[in-house]
Amino acid sequence: MTAETEVTGQPVDQERKIAGLTVDGWRNTTLAVVLVFAVALPFGLGSFETFQITMVLIYAIAILGLNVLTGFNGQFSLGHSAFFAIGAYTAAILIERYGVSSYLTLPVAGLVGFAAGFLFGFPALRLSGLYLALATFALSVATPQILKYNHFEDFTGGVQGINLLKDSAPFDLPLSVDQWWYYVTLAVALLCFWMARNLVQSRTGRAIMAIRDNPIAAATMGVNTGLYKTLTFGVSALLTAVAGALSAIVVEYVAPDSFTFLLSVYFLIGLVVGGVGWIPGAVIGGAFVLYVPNLAEGISTGLAGVLFGVIILLVIYLMPSGASGLVRLAVTQLQRRFDQDNKKA
Amino acid sequence: MAALLQVNDLSAFYGPTKVLHGISFSLDEGGITTILGANGAGKTTTLRAICGMARTTGRITLDGEPIIGLATESVARRGVAHVPEGRGTFTRLSTEENLTLGTMGRRDRSGIAEDMERMFDYFPVLRERRNQQAGTLSGGEQQMLAIARALMLRPRLMLLDEPSFGLAPLIVREMFRILRRINEEERVSMLLVEQNAALALNLADTAYLLETGRVAMTGPAKEIVADEQVRRSYLGY
Amino acid sequence: MELFLSQVFSGLATGAIYAAVALAVVMIFLAIDHFNFAQGEMAMFSTFICWALLDAGVPYWLAFVLTIAFAFAFGVVIERVLFRPLHNAPVLSHIIAFLGLFFILNNGAGWIWDFTIKPMESPFPEGSFGGLMSYHQVGMVGVVLLMLALLFLFFRFTSVGLAMRAAAQNPDSARLCGIPVGWMIALGWGMASAIGAVGGILIAPVVFLEPNMMLGILLYGFAAAIVGGITNPAGAVAGGFMVGVMENLVGTYIPFVGSELKLTVALVVIVGVLMVKPSGLFGRTTVTRV
Repeated sequence: MTAETEVTGQPVDQERKIAGLTVDGWRNTTLAVVLVFAVALPFGLGSFETFQITMVLIYAIAILGLNVLTGFNGQFSLGHSAFFAIGAYTAAILIERYGVSSYLTLPVAGLVGFAAGFLFGFPALRLSGLYLALATFALSVATPQILKYNHFEDFTGGVQGINLLKDSAPFDLPLSVDQWWYYVTLAVALLCFWMARNLVQSRTGRAIMAIRDNPIAAATMGVNTGLYKTLTFGVSALLTAVAGALSAIVVEYVAPDSFTFLLSVYFLIGLVVGGVGWIPGAVIGGAFVLYVPNLAEGISTGLAGVLFGVIILLVIYLMPSGASGLVRLAVTQLQRRFDQDNKKA
Repeated sequence: MAALLQVNDLSAFYGPTKVLHGISFSLDEGGITTILGANGAGKTTTLRAICGMARTTGRITLDGEPIIGLATESVARRGVAHVPEGRGTFTRLSTEENLTLGTMGRRDRSGIAEDMERMFDYFPVLRERRNQQAGTLSGGEQQMLAIARALMLRPRLMLLDEPSFGLAPLIVREMFRILRRINEEERVSMLLVEQNAALALNLADTAYLLETGRVAMTGPAKEIVADEQVRRSYLGY
Repeated sequence: MELFLSQVFSGLATGAIYAAVALAVVMIFLAIDHFNFAQGEMAMFSTFICWALLDAGVPYWLAFVLTIAFAFAFGVVIERVLFRPLHNAPVLSHIIAFLGLFFILNNGAGWIWDFTIKPMESPFPEGSFGGLMSYHQVGMVGVVLLMLALLFLFFRFTSVGLAMRAAAQNPDSARLCGIPVGWMIALGWGMASAIGAVGGILIAPVVFLEPNMMLGILLYGFAAAIVGGITNPAGAVAGGFMVGVMENLVGTYIPFVGSELKLTVALVVIVGVLMVKPSGLFGRTTVTRV
C-alpha cells in the first residue's frame, strides 16, 4: 500500500458471518434491495426530483471513471471535467448538427472519450503523482477556453453552447420523459458498474492495481505498465464521457461554463467521499456532490460554497477513507458482535 | 559522579514493531560510553530514542530532567548533539553554513566566531573548505564536519552513530584521537555507537553490548577487551 | 519593431506577477513537497483585503504593508491549523485539502465582497514611457524585483533564512540542530502567502478584482515554476519572466492562438516541459531509489 492514495485499509474477512450470512451474502442482498428501490423510486417523486436522481447516477458513472484511474491505478486526475465535456459535446453535436439518435451517441461518446483518454495517457506516462495532478489541473482550467474558441464555434456553439431536446419514452410507454431517461441512465449505470467490477476482478484488474501499489515491482514482474496505464486512462475517460453524453441529453444543454475546473473538483471529492478503490462508493459520491451543495445553499445561500469547503475538510480529517471506510468499520464490528453467536453455535 | 544520562526500562517501536525491549544504562558526566552489537541489535535505535525520533516507553533523564517524549529539536536545545548515521550533512550548503547551523540550538549566541575557529583548529581541513559546498567534501571530511557541527552546539552530551562507517582506517584513527581530545578539552560526555568494537573499546571507559534489543552485557571497556571469550562471542575478534 | 518591443515589455510586466506566483508555489513545494492549488485564491483574498482597506480610506502604501502583514499571518495560520494535521496523510488527502481551501476562499470572497468586478487602484501615475511600457507596468516589475532582492538577502544573510533553507533541504538534520522545523514550514507558508499577495495587488488594477481573477494567473505561475525548475526559486522567477514574454509573443504572432487560447498555451507548456525535461531549466533531477 503506497502513501499516494489511501486505499481502504485492510481487506474485510470474507468468511466471518453476520447473523448467518457471509459478507458476500450480505453484499448480494443489499444489492438486490437497492436495485428494487432504484427501480421503484421515480414513482414516488416529482419530475424535478427524478431529474436530480438521474444526475446522481450520471455523476456516479463519471466518478466511477475517475475511480478506475485514481482508485485502482493510482493516477491522479484533476481533469476529468474535460472528458465529461468531450462526451457531452460529442452527444450534443451529433444530435443537434447531424440528427443522430440520442441512444447511439452514448457508445460513440464513449469511444471518443476512450480515444481522448488513451491519447492523454501517453504524455501521462512520463508524469507521476503530483505532476500528473498538475497537468490534469491545467487541462481542466484550459477546457472552457477551448470550448469557447471562435474557430470551433460552428460545432460547439461558442459561448452560447448548444440546446437539445430529449426524446420521450418510445413505444408509448406510460413514463414521463424524466422517468424514461432515469431508467435509461440506470441501465447504463448498471452496465458500467458491471463492466468496472469485471475489469477490477480480472487479471487485467490485478495488473492495474499492482501498478498502483508498486509500479517498479509490477514492471519487473513483466507487467507492461505503459500499456496498462494508457488503457486505464482510456477506460476511465470512456466512462466519464458516457456520463457526459447522458448529462447533455438529460439537461438538454451544453455550454463551456458547465465544464470548469470546479466540476473536476466535484468529481474528485465524490471519489474520496465514496471511498477510493470501492466501486459502490461512486453512487454515494455522486449523491454527496449533488445534494450537499444544495443543502449548504439551503442553510445559507451566500455561504454555501464556504460550507461545502468546510465539509470537505472535515471529511478529509475525520473519514479520509470515505463511505467505504465506514462500511468496512460497520462490517468488522458486526462480525465481532456475531462472532460470539458463531462460537456458541 | 552523578549520571548525566540515565535510561531506565526503555522500549522503542518503529510502527508496531518493538525494537528495544526495556533496556537500561547510564552515562556519567565526562565519560565515554560505547554501545556495541551486531547489525539490527538496536544501537542506532537507542540514539534515536534519546532524540525523540522513535516511539518510546520508559524513562530517560538528562541531568535529572526527563527528556523522553520531547521533540527532537527540544532535546537538541537541552544540549544533546547527535551526529547521525550517514553524517546528516546539509550537502547543498557551505561548510561554514553547516557549522553555523550547529549553533541554532544554543541559547547563548555569542562567541560563534571563536567557536568556529576552535573547530578549524581541531579539523584544519575544514578551514580550507569553509566556503565549499559540503556535498563536495570527502567522506572523512564530512564526518569531521558532522562532529564539528555537533560541537558548535556546545553540547553536554554528544551522541555518535557509527562515525567510522565507510572511512579509511588512518582517518578513523585520527578522528578517534580528536574525539578523545574533545572529551578532555571540551568536557563533552559521549555516547558512541560503533560496529568497530576495537576502536570503540579503546576510546570508551564503559561498554554495553546489545543483542536484538536487549542488553546482553556491560562492564568497563578494559575488562571487556581483556576477556577473550566475550570478545569472540559478542564482538567477533 | 515597436509592436515587438511593447509586447516584450508588457510580457515582462505580467511575467513579474507570474514570477511572484511561481516563487510562492516553489516555496511551499520545497517545504512540503506539494503543489498549493489554493495559492491563487489566497492571493486573491489578500488582494480583497487590500481593496477593502483602500475603500476605507487607508493611504495606498500603508494598506499595502498591512495587507502583506495580513497575508503573512494568514499563511502561517492556514499551515498550522489546516495542513500540520495532514503531514503524514496520503497525497490525495493533501490535494483535497487544498481544494477545500480553494472553495472556502473563493466563495468566502464572493460572499463578503460579491462577485461583481471591482476596479483596483494603482499607486503609479497614469501614462507610459514613450508608449512602450506604462508606469504601472514598470512599477510591477520594480516592486517584484525589490521584493526578490529582499528575499535573497533574507535567505542568504540571516539566521532564520539559513534555518529555513536547512529545514527544507534536510528536516531531520535540521531538527538535530535544534531548529523547530514545523515553525520553519509555517514561516515558509507565511512568506509564500505574502509573496502571492504582492502579485495579486499588482495585477488587480490590470485584470480587475473579482473572486475568479487568479485561476488563470495561477496556471501560468505553475507553468513558470515548471519551466524554471520546481526545486529552484531563482529558476521559478526566471521562468516567470520567460513565460510572460512568451505568452504575449505567441498571442501576437501566432494567429490561431491569438488571445483566446492562452490557457491552452500554458497547458501545452506544462505538459511539454514535464515530458521533455521534468526538472525544468534550472532545477535538480531527483533520482528515486528502488
